[in-house]
Amino acid sequence: MAEMNLIGALNNAIRLEMRRNPSTVVMGEDIAKLGGVFRVTTGLLDEFGPERVIDTPLSEGGIIGTAIGLALYGVRPIVEIQFSDFIYPGYDQIVNELAKYRYRSGGQYSCPLVIRTPSGGGIKGGHYHSQSPESYFIHTPGLKVVMPSDPYDAKGLFLSSVRDADPVIFFEPKRIYRAAKGDVPEEDYTIPLGEAKVRRAGDQVTLLTYGAMVVESLEAAEQANQQGIEVEVVDLRTLLPLDIEAVLSSVKKTGRAVIVHEAPKTCGFGAELSALIMEKAFPYLEAPVTRVTGFDTPFPYALEHDYLPSPARILKGIDYVMHY
Amino acid sequence: MTIEAPPSDLDLSGEAYALASEEILFLYEMMTLVRRLDERMLGLQRQGRIGFYGACTGQEAAVIGSAFALKKKDWVFPGLREGAAMLLRGFPLSLYLCQIFGNEGDLLKGRQMPCHYSDRSVNQVSWGSCVGTQIPQAAGAAWGMKFGKELSHESRESPIVMCYFGEGATSEADFHVGANFAGVFNLPVVFFCQNNQWSISVSRDRQTASPTIAQKALAYGFPGVQMDGNDIFEVYRVTRAAVERARRGNPTLLEALTYRMGAHTSSDDPRLYRDPQEAEEWAKRDPISMCRKRLESQGIWSQKEQDSLETRISDQISRALRKAEGRPSPPGKTLFQDVFAEMPWHLREQMALLEGTDNACV
Ligand SMILES: Cc1ncc(C[n+]2csc(CCOP(=O)(O)OP(=O)(O)O)c2C)c(N)n1
Repeated sequence: MAEMNLIGALNNAIRLEMRRNPSTVVMGEDIAKLGGVFRVTTGLLDEFGPERVIDTPLSEGGIIGTAIGLALYGVRPIVEIQFSDFIYPGYDQIVNELAKYRYRSGGQYSCPLVIRTPSGGGIKGGHYHSQSPESYFIHTPGLKVVMPSDPYDAKGLFLSSVRDADPVIFFEPKRIYRAAKGDVPEEDYTIPLGEAKVRRAGDQVTLLTYGAMVVESLEAAEQANQQGIEVEVVDLRTLLPLDIEAVLSSVKKTGRAVIVHEAPKTCGFGAELSALIMEKAFPYLEAPVTRVTGFDTPFPYALEHDYLPSPARILKGIDYVMHY
Repeated sequence: MTIEAPPSDLDLSGEAYALASEEILFLYEMMTLVRRLDERMLGLQRQGRIGFYGACTGQEAAVIGSAFALKKKDWVFPGLREGAAMLLRGFPLSLYLCQIFGNEGDLLKGRQMPCHYSDRSVNQVSWGSCVGTQIPQAAGAAWGMKFGKELSHESRESPIVMCYFGEGATSEADFHVGANFAGVFNLPVVFFCQNNQWSISVSRDRQTASPTIAQKALAYGFPGVQMDGNDIFEVYRVTRAAVERARRGNPTLLEALTYRMGAHTSSDDPRLYRDPQEAEEWAKRDPISMCRKRLESQGIWSQKEQDSLETRISDQISRALRKAEGRPSPPGKTLFQDVFAEMPWHLREQMALLEGTDNACV
């Protein structure tokens, strides 16, 4: 065991996989010599050399398009897109190609690869270093979507993702890259995709959340506890496939669900969660399913802390379902 | 200077676009202002007074020399390092600084990170942040100008578009798309590539296998010219020739050979990936010192003028800073403005939530 932050845990996970599987390569912008702008790939060039740790030209469409070709041929690309805001030049390759290869080839071809990309706000990054685009990818059949919230999970989920038979979009909550710390075993372990984790138990309200919002939600749950409200915080960890059992068992217990994410509200993942709860747990509900999310505006610069869900806004949501 | 396939209508001889002494002094002063401004802003960033900064240190001649070749009516599509083109084109420094602070004085309402300046009064649109996206947009605006001219049958000289980007951007599909459209539709645009040798940590030779950036123009059917981007006289002369060609309705790709003397931005540390020796070599060709030597050899500049210029610039920046710094953030409700021309119900509802005037919704 060693104390690591998210960056260290991911670095450790990538390193283990590259040692284990010689057909993995890491590719992206500024990931080799610099070790990535967030330093997640630091030291990999020294250990694995320039054939396997590749600084590419500045082209996300090129990176993802060639990664698809590499994967089709049997190489295992671990792709970094420097910020998830810059994934869009490669969007066509992801949505129209990567996600559909298995299906359109009748199962003959597949593109198992991981696209790691930092997402979310809270770092004064303005529109283009802050967005949370997970819904676009969850909405695309053929992609798995993961977002860890602590170093232990990050490592275990990454090792599952990089060994999965299908493409995985692996979002890294950059706001807590360094702040999230915890004990992480040095050795290999995996956490299966599709399993949520209860971060705090409670029986009155369920908070469904993921990524950096887990931290805000736990803070809100703590404050609610001081007011005598017992809140359960469920960290979804994998957004697709969703751990529907975990969601339903918590909501059936509490009868109240508040969904917290920093992506905009309209057609955000909260909309899907809300619909699922309505479809599968309606008789158990004491209050309408409620969403505390980023606003339906482009991500701002100066006012980012007004934009992002805070413990205070989450508490408002808790209050709303408690007093409905 | 290498010229790829010299086109007949690019006049690079130098005679036509000679600069008058007062123009040269103006350009020198502008370059010095930009240098000092960058130094001051990086200092403020280190003190935590601004969030981020991207300097153009080492590239002042490329920015200032090329922007000077434009007319007021021309449009500028900048990248990260060409904000100062606006200052040359008359935008007030204090408002420019308000953008960096993202405060209530910022005409962009604090919506963007620092160094994403823009204002209609100087025909400069804002760079998003996504590398290369401005290139097809610039071609489109140039196309608009061409339509404007054709539809109005005007004999008045029409504006042209100046589009800036780094050599890294030439790897993005948008570069190729923009250049292709400009070639096919013959658009009045100058594509100005600042080849500063580095795209964050990726060196020029890892970005493209082409010996030059300029030669990429040939594939799209128009001329490309590589120039010494640190020599403001050459930058002005070559850009002016391309601007005149654009006024005649034709695109050109320019490649300014220059060097990013500092870090990529305030978030970067170049010691991790490049040899400091390289910057030392380039420092010998510092665009501002090169220009100063010219002025001194012409007998129109000495230490005395330099000292008074430094004082003037320092005061100018301090005055502008006093006006710009310390103002409050834009009010919370501005978060919801300008998403659309008219605010739909759901944004009104969310605005009420933020302002605490409607507690019914969450
Ligand atoms: C589409 C996109 N991908 C990645 C980035 C991150 N990024 C910002 S600047 C930069 C390098 C740009 O290099 P270049 O075009 O040569 O311009 P320079 O910064 O050297 O002036 C990168 C990779 C981005 N802003 N946009």
